[in-house]
Amino acid sequence: MTERAADGGARYAGARVHRVEDDRLLTGRGTFVDDVSLPGMLHACFVRSPIARAAIQRIDTSAALALPGVRFVFTAADLNPGVREQWHTTIGKEMPETPRPPLAEGEVRFVGDPVALVVAESRYLAEDAAELVEVDYEPLPAVVDYTEAEHAKALVHESHGSNVIAQLTTVPASAFDEVFASAAHVASETIYQQAYAPVPIEGRGLVVDYSSVTGDLTIHASTQTPHEVRLFCSRLLGMPEERVRVVTRDTGGGFGQKVMVQRDEMCLMLAGPVVGAPLKWVEDRRENLLAAGKSRQEHAAVKMAFDADGAIQAAYIDFVQDCGAYPTPWPLFPAAAVGTFFPGPYRVPRGGFAVKTLYTNTVGRAPYRGPWQFESLAREVLLDIAARQMHVDPAELRRRNLLRRDELPYKNPNGMNYDNISPLETFEQALAMLDYAKFRAEQAEARSAGRYLGVGLANYVEASTPGYGVYGTEPATIRIAPTGRITVYVAGGSSGNSIETTVVQLTADALGAKIEDVDTVQGDTAVTGFGAGTAGSRSGSMTAGAVRETAAVLRERILAIAAHELGVAIEDIELADSRASVRAKPAVGVSFKDLAALADAPAGLEASARYTANSPSIWVNATHVCTCEVDVATGRVQLLRYIVSEDCGPMINPNVVEGQIAGGTVQGIGGVLFEHLAYDDDGNPVATTFMDYLLPTAAEVPAIEFGHIETPSPGPGGYKGVGEGGAIGAPPAVVNAVADALSPFGVKITRLPLGPSQIVALLDR
Amino acid sequence: MGEVSVKLTVNGQPRAATVEPRVTLADFLREQLQLTGTHLGCEHGVCGACTVLVDGAAVRSCLMFAVQADGAEVTTIEGIGSPDGGLSAVQSAFRDCHGLQCGFCTPGFVVSVTAFLRDHPNPTDPEIREALSGNLCRCTGYQGIVNAVQQAAGAARRGELR
Ligand code: FES
Ligand code: FES
Repeated sequence: MTERAADGGARYAGARVHRVEDDRLLTGRGTFVDDVSLPGMLHACFVRSPIARAAIQRIDTSAALALPGVRFVFTAADLNPGVREQWHTTIGKEMPETPRPPLAEGEVRFVGDPVALVVAESRYLAEDAAELVEVDYEPLPAVVDYTEAEHAKALVHESHGSNVIAQLTTVPASAFDEVFASAAHVASETIYQQAYAPVPIEGRGLVVDYSSVTGDLTIHASTQTPHEVRLFCSRLLGMPEERVRVVTRDTGGGFGQKVMVQRDEMCLMLAGPVVGAPLKWVEDRRENLLAAGKSRQEHAAVKMAFDADGAIQAAYIDFVQDCGAYPTPWPLFPAAAVGTFFPGPYRVPRGGFAVKTLYTNTVGRAPYRGPWQFESLAREVLLDIAARQMHVDPAELRRRNLLRRDELPYKNPNGMNYDNISPLETFEQALAMLDYAKFRAEQAEARSAGRYLGVGLANYVEASTPGYGVYGTEPATIRIAPTGRITVYVAGGSSGNSIETTVVQLTADALGAKIEDVDTVQGDTAVTGFGAGTAGSRSGSMTAGAVRETAAVLRERILAIAAHELGVAIEDIELADSRASVRAKPAVGVSFKDLAALADAPAGLEASARYTANSPSIWVNATHVCTCEVDVATGRVQLLRYIVSEDCGPMINPNVVEGQIAGGTVQGIGGVLFEHLAYDDDGNPVATTFMDYLLPTAAEVPAIEFGHIETPSPGPGGYKGVGEGGAIGAPPAVVNAVADALSPFGVKITRLPLGPSQIVALLDR
Repeated sequence: MGEVSVKLTVNGQPRAATVEPRVTLADFLREQLQLTGTHLGCEHGVCGACTVLVDGAAVRSCLMFAVQADGAEVTTIEGIGSPDGGLSAVQSAFRDCHGLQCGFCTPGFVVSVTAFLRDHPNPTDPEIREALSGNLCRCTGYQGIVNAVQQAAGAARRGELR
């Protein structure tokens, strides 16, 4: 399944090679955290608050402790004093943070707040005992609706003095009053997105294994960031970092939820060294939906001014976000990204934003694939509303405003400097794939037959691969053993994104090796250098840089030894098929295996290097086009076609790229049509099982068609990050498709989700 | 809690054990028999990650007690491939079509699809999607999975499912 390049060596980058992860995962031989079983291992279960906000009066653990097989019941008084420092390497020590006690101290702040930790000989016993822990709560008034949080009397965090966590205004909206007053057209709406969540099929989990003899702590973790878990833990416990090792083999999806260290995980780190045996906690689905964090849940007043030709003159967003009780990380900067990216891939001469983040007595905000994606939702939905108001086709309105290549680099009014993107190209490609004009004709025909079809368009540009701070660096080690096997070591954090495969592809190419000779080791902090893991759509570009730098060092050594061995000049050597040969006489050569043995037997050939990013971010753009039919009697939406045209630069592995886009897209579809992490008025979560929290299934999802435009980035190989885009582009495309289908009814959609009942209600209005 | 003894065949091997009546088949397989390929994604019968074959039928092992499998023949993901470690037609199709990413849902899909294609070697596209709707995947958007089932259906028609 590989392609041959002109030079005769195998070229794996760009090919749809089989994944190296698959054999073990397909046969049940993966190692997810719940598969780790250690001698004498104990099991943990949390006692969680059933009330949104309450004072903890008393905790009685005696009945639980009396149950045979129960070893410990920890409360805040036992665990919390063990905290030394708690901050994330990727965020830094100086960043403000919500106080995050591992176990609730004095007050519970959301339903699901961890109050006690039971440790027993089996998970079954731990769950039994958790039910025997008696907690007396005195209910307090709770802040449930974030739109009322700012002026609520009750405070989620008394110590913060306000339910407003932080806010930021670049330019007040009034600065543009004149532009809006004199504009030929103005579109202005308040758009709401409901709470939904990453919901990996594997929940969070840890096995903490402490040896009191050596003082070593080993953590098996379900995480996107093994090195962060290690450093966070060492600071939390005040242990030297070299005593802490994190091992992550397989992680069952993360999508952002497994990037940071949450309170539950801190409890395990604190309890592990105390219990005298390895300690496992794996959350169940209910805990995941109660306590692992919510995302989205926000709204904004957005407005755009247009001239008589439909050219955008100004864009403003006033954004408000619900961050729950314990957001991780501090939410201001992720929220500000909604403002900075709001202008999108369009020519927007003027603009600004205001953002506000709020505490509520609900589960804390956690990162989710494209944490700022509301900017695209709000902008693209507003553009469709504007087009309808102006009686312009939504495709035409976008076409007039999309950035052209000859305008790049282009600085948006909020300071974002776009380059190496192709918004107009992806847009035209996606419309051509649909045959937009033909669809419009079909739509008209269907309408006259009483059927309601719609098409939704959405464009976005996102900043992938953050190049600053600890995100901007990534190491690799490559070793050629005397057996001829080549092993590439990188930090890891794959949670399904196939970086084992792509790193093997890149290494084989960089060295001129056969792909079947290359293995990779990832996720074990004992044998890999620090890397910030899977976040910010960074893995592809950053590991490509790390492999490039490291392979360059190793190549030089291979060439030098081979030249000496073969008695020719270095320039005359070529590396291909795991062999160094003389360019003019390919039959004369020496295998990597023999070279490794010559080099330094038995150590082989080895090099380590670190790549440092050369730009603050790598821009990626895409267009999503979705068509649907809405049953106006039942409110049911059926998606008909779904097209994504993406410019992620050259692809390391098109299967992986398309897989990432498809996965994100379906998460976005789910967020619009099915998923709602809802609370009732008292702050009780009402979607804590898969019976209530509805994920899209194969039956609801259409086939996704992919188009690719290839504009190289300035980064290694020209690659760009592609992990998050699907979840950014899909929501507005789906909303716009439904709104377009319902346009004969004069329906305006500004609130999500769009389940059948919401659609019927819109039509009844 | 009292334990009862169970005897069953798992992946062709006779197994005997004592087990608490409340232990689910999934936990029994994972913890007592250390067959950890059977995964738990919800423990309430929706996600399908825990699917195994019990006397040939695809069953959610989180909804069944181990004692209910007494005397049964159970096949888990570890028993789906050929004994020499080779992949079955369904497993190969998943690999060819990028039908998995994190791989957590994968054992449940492979087992469900194996049973489905055995009974429906000529599925239409809507039948495939309907059959898959009892298993949740959060990574793939189902694209590669649907393609894998189409590819494996070819093998099913030729009687080459294993
Ligand atoms: S774990 Fe059995 S169906 Fe989800
Ligand atoms: S591959 Fe990750 S849940 Fe399906």
